[in-house]
Amino acid sequence: MSRHALSVRSLTVEFATARGQARAVDEVSFDLVPGERLGLVGESGSGKTTTALSLLRLIRPPGRIVGGEIRIAGADVLAASPEELRRMRAARIALVPQGAMSALNPVLTCGAQFEDLFAAHGERGGAARIAALLASVGLEPQVAGFFPHQLSGGMKQRVCIALAVALRPSVIVADEPTSALDVIVQRQVLRTLVKAQKEAGAAIVMVGHDMGLMAQFAHRIGVMYAGRLVEIAPVRDIFADPRHPYTRALIESLPDLERRGEFRGLSGLPPSLLDLPPGCAFAPRCPRVVERCRVERPGPTLLAGGREARCHFAAEPVHAG
Amino acid sequence: MWAYVANRIGLAAVVVLIALSVNFAIPRIMPGDPVEQQLAAISAAGGQTGDMAEAAKALRQRFQLDRPIWEQYLGYLWNVARADLGVSVANYPQRVSEIVLSGLPWTVGLLGLSTLISFGLGTLTGALMAWPSAPRALRLLALPLVLVSAIPYFVIGLVLLALLGIVWPILPVAGGYPFGQVMNADLPTALGVLKHGILPALSIVLASLGAWALAMRGMVVSVLGEDYMMLAEAKGLTERRIFLAYGVRNALLPQFTQLALKLGALVSGAILVEVIFAYPGIGYKLYVAIGQKDVFVVQGIVLLLSLSIAAAMLILDLFYPLIDPRVAARSS
Repeated sequence: MSRHALSVRSLTVEFATARGQARAVDEVSFDLVPGERLGLVGESGSGKTTTALSLLRLIRPPGRIVGGEIRIAGADVLAASPEELRRMRAARIALVPQGAMSALNPVLTCGAQFEDLFAAHGERGGAARIAALLASVGLEPQVAGFFPHQLSGGMKQRVCIALAVALRPSVIVADEPTSALDVIVQRQVLRTLVKAQKEAGAAIVMVGHDMGLMAQFAHRIGVMYAGRLVEIAPVRDIFADPRHPYTRALIESLPDLERRGEFRGLSGLPPSLLDLPPGCAFAPRCPRVVERCRVERPGPTLLAGGREARCHFAAEPVHAG
Repeated sequence: MWAYVANRIGLAAVVVLIALSVNFAIPRIMPGDPVEQQLAAISAAGGQTGDMAEAAKALRQRFQLDRPIWEQYLGYLWNVARADLGVSVANYPQRVSEIVLSGLPWTVGLLGLSTLISFGLGTLTGALMAWPSAPRALRLLALPLVLVSAIPYFVIGLVLLALLGIVWPILPVAGGYPFGQVMNADLPTALGVLKHGILPALSIVLASLGAWALAMRGMVVSVLGEDYMMLAEAKGLTERRIFLAYGVRNALLPQFTQLALKLGALVSGAILVEVIFAYPGIGYKLYVAIGQKDVFVVQGIVLLLSLSIAAAMLILDLFYPLIDPRVAARSS
């Protein structure tokens, strides 16, 4: 197990609501080897961000991790004391946040935000170390003296990436790292993120809803639906041969150069987390649903090549239609 | 940078000029002729009765009310620039500036200190009330603080006066210093002044603490939802550092604006507290002047008030870029 940079077992997160417990993440399991890039996709509310933030135990009330196990290079995250957890964060598992525009403290210079990271982990900072980190994400050393409002969105996100790799963590969690940026900057920032991740030798969990963008940067893709990880497979396999009907629907909704102007959407809405169908959560929208899907919840089906899908028919390819 | 400073100073100058003009205009627009009122008051009090027309003319000349209005305006500006606010009508020939200045140190001392104390205590309490891992008991403070801050400060003053001045007479109930004490720069004088300041200061602190605390709590709650707070936690910073440098530091910004306004307005005194405790500050002088219909003293105090608010805002504007780096950037 310790050869894994990250190992997640049956992670379950619930949110207390007025109408009961909403299970936002439902028994999610996956492993990452060092240097591996996993893209976690799904529509909003599918639990991908909650999964990502759980890895750093950053879920705030009314949310709560109710079960499962998270290990980073063997170290148990959920069993850590508050002080152990504090030391793990950034040093073993780092976050590249979602809101690039407001993720940096507006009243501190970028340099000061590196220095307090180093100070919190008992390390020496210094202008040279900060300059080297900034250079690794393509920024000039002067940026250390700038306040966040003096930087563009892309530059701010680069600063966040430099902060994330500063202590050479084993795992980087990037929660929709490019959602606040325009398309051109998105690609540059992702390229920077991947370069920094490779240099740090870290594994990365990238959360996003743009499957096309993910496909270019991830090794494997995990697809989430209603809090469940419905399929996880290497990028090439998942595009060539999706085994879950939801994955297929997602892929078909992507624009294509040859297939101009024709998109196949997915009718219906994801179910309420407070009122999930007893069987497969996707059953109400699934084109190939049978009676069994409505009553029996599909467990994980292990497939060749380390793939996994939660569908009763995962063993056979999903055909169009 | 210098453009910002020049801009702010220019703006303050404009505000001061407008305040001066309004202060000049109001007594001249108001119905009733102050000269005739004054003469009527004198004769009603059994004072000198002679040729009323002649006396009025003399008074008009004395206060230069017979000149053209623009000449009066320029003369007024010139006098203010020389710190000459005219003479008191009720305590002729005492100068208005003397009366105002004799009250100023008392008010600035009492209100300045009690404002800073309640700002500091209230802000800290409010920040802790909003902090998720602060002791639970602190959060329960909200209700009593709301209740106490809903009581007007002069009512709190009266209650304190009754309790600590009369029922258990441990503190002096009136004045700014021990009766008969010769004011020297020595320890007994300082102790006497301090002792006399406790009750009025306490009533102001108690009455304003809640407002500071509740405003700060609200700001910290909204700062807690900011993305940079989550990143600070993800960076593994110590909680102390997150609380002070990320939470409080950002939540403080509007509190400082409020503090500057309060400090600017404090020269008008906490009139009712000063009256209750017969504290020799500006508020008390203003109260006496209004009772005596001493127009020039009232006008002088109002002028001082507008000037000090303008000064406080200018100081805030000049310091604000240091506490919020975004401000200088936006205005330049």
